[in-house]
Amino acid sequence: MSHEMSDEKLPESHGSEGHEVAVHGDPFADPGLPAHGPRRTDIDERAAKRAERQVSLLFIVSMLATVGFIASYVAIDIDKIVYIFPLGHVSALNFALGMTLGVALFCIGAGAVHWARTLMSDHEIPADRHPIEADDELRADVIEQFQTGAAESGFGRRKMLRNTLIGSMALVPLSGVVLLRDLGPLPEDKLAHTGWELATPAKPLKLINMNTNEPMKPEDIVTGSLTFAKPEGLEEDQEIFQEQIAKDALMIIRIAPEDLKDKTSAELGFEGILAYSKICTHVGCPISLYEQQTHHALCPCHQSTFDLADGARVIFGPAGHPLPQLKITTDEKGFLVATGDFQEPVGPSYWERP
Amino acid sequence: MKKLSARRRHPLAALVVLLLALAATGGLYAAFAPAEKAQADTSAQSLAIEEGKKLFAVGCSSCHGLDGQGSSDGPSLVGVGSAAVDFQVGTGRMPAQQSGAQVPAKRVVYSQAQIDQLAAYVASLGPGPVAPTKEQYTSTDPNDVAKGGELFRTNCAQCHNFAGKGGALTKGKYAPTLENTSPKHIYEAMQTGPQNMPSFPDTTMPEEQKKQIVAWVSHTNDEPNPGGLSLGSLGPVTEGLFGWIFALGSLIVVAIWVAAHTTKAKKS
Repeated sequence: MSHEMSDEKLPESHGSEGHEVAVHGDPFADPGLPAHGPRRTDIDERAAKRAERQVSLLFIVSMLATVGFIASYVAIDIDKIVYIFPLGHVSALNFALGMTLGVALFCIGAGAVHWARTLMSDHEIPADRHPIEADDELRADVIEQFQTGAAESGFGRRKMLRNTLIGSMALVPLSGVVLLRDLGPLPEDKLAHTGWELATPAKPLKLINMNTNEPMKPEDIVTGSLTFAKPEGLEEDQEIFQEQIAKDALMIIRIAPEDLKDKTSAELGFEGILAYSKICTHVGCPISLYEQQTHHALCPCHQSTFDLADGARVIFGPAGHPLPQLKITTDEKGFLVATGDFQEPVGPSYWERP
Repeated sequence: MKKLSARRRHPLAALVVLLLALAATGGLYAAFAPAEKAQADTSAQSLAIEEGKKLFAVGCSSCHGLDGQGSSDGPSLVGVGSAAVDFQVGTGRMPAQQSGAQVPAKRVVYSQAQIDQLAAYVASLGPGPVAPTKEQYTSTDPNDVAKGGELFRTNCAQCHNFAGKGGALTKGKYAPTLENTSPKHIYEAMQTGPQNMPSFPDTTMPEEQKKQIVAWVSHTNDEPNPGGLSLGSLGPVTEGLFGWIFALGSLIVVAIWVAAHTTKAKKS
């Protein structure tokens, strides 16, 4: 490479990096700008031509890659899967489109950088710092124009105009406030109740297994198992299903009676079967990472951990209060039922929460 | 005698001789065959239990007690059933290497025959879930994959991740990835609820649904990855980490390289 270049045009070297050395005796003397050193392409026309060809080659490769992109889009079957190390089995079309577009964009960038570094002017241009403010003459002129304008508008003289203008400007933002109302309607007491509120002691609601869509008996729930349930009457094809299940979802577990630490919680359950809300009391994620040996339930969003054997007490994380528990019992046919709503709202805290 | 030999060329003589020979062989076998051998088929189970008991005494009793009644080092195995043994020993989780938050899957140390013997012994301690047969976990209905996906998202995805790649639990415990778990072991895990996994008994998740979940997990594991480099299918965490560290990092390196080197020509 380098031996082909004409060395006779090279300048003598300036110090180590071409910098001028500061004068001894005055350590704070302005060292000035480093001397401008020419690049090989500045002084050697053959090198410049070579750089020019390199840049053009990069641009041509980019063009070819774009043509390749269009060709692969047309030619490659969308279902074709190929093995490419180290990616594994990938879609041939995805791979070809990504590679060709990547090469096309990379070559434009690389060509531009190479062009700027070898062929565009690299002369250092100093720009001294200067104050940002305008000079006195210009400032006086602007102030005068402003005052003339103010006087001509009569802003200071016609007080009524001025005051009504201020009034109208002050009222305009109210339209924004009114528009915000469209975010409503306010939830009223919807957050305080769930679908289980339809249950009464006279007309209890069965707990329906979300897998089988069937009611359950206590003997179906074995110790250490986990089951998800919804209230009787809520079906997946109903329009309100998603909105309702976000509040109604239950996780049903069974804990050996001797492991239960909280008496109230044990009484709400039925022979060790406990029905807890599946909705985290922090920000409302569905939480059912249940560990059957420790009886801990973990929320995957922010790691709030509840001890389900101890009334779902919060033992770690940002949740503010225990998971609400649904009081369950059995009906005359032996199916698990709820006789009322949760005793407190499910899900995250809010201002009016009792 | 003469009468008999006179008829030896009769067309049915060969048949009579053959019948006599067969009767003699059968009679001799019945008379001389050892009695134990004749009962071998019916006692295979008790033989397996016997062998399993010996294996258990050597490999398992130090933690689970000589009779599988449990000790301070290991739970009682009465009533866990053969499915639990087949899962725990068949995935190498048992015998455990050390106590800790979770017993990981590792190299399997028993042969399948030995595992079956151990399972037979533990199953004899008390009734429990029975290891499934191939028909129970092999799905033939193509619709099972879709149904299994829905069931997986309801029951499993919270711990094992939406693609079955596993995830973290509390205090060093984790839900393992399902990528390399055989269909039988996935089925058994749902039946028995190993370690901290809750169980999904047939009463709350029927056999058919377990089969559908197995079908979905197998399908997901075999599926090619159209984009390549799935980054663990863990979602925004790994993808964001990759983007910030590798993509932005390499851009910064390139920017520094572009700005730091200006090719000045000078005589060396």
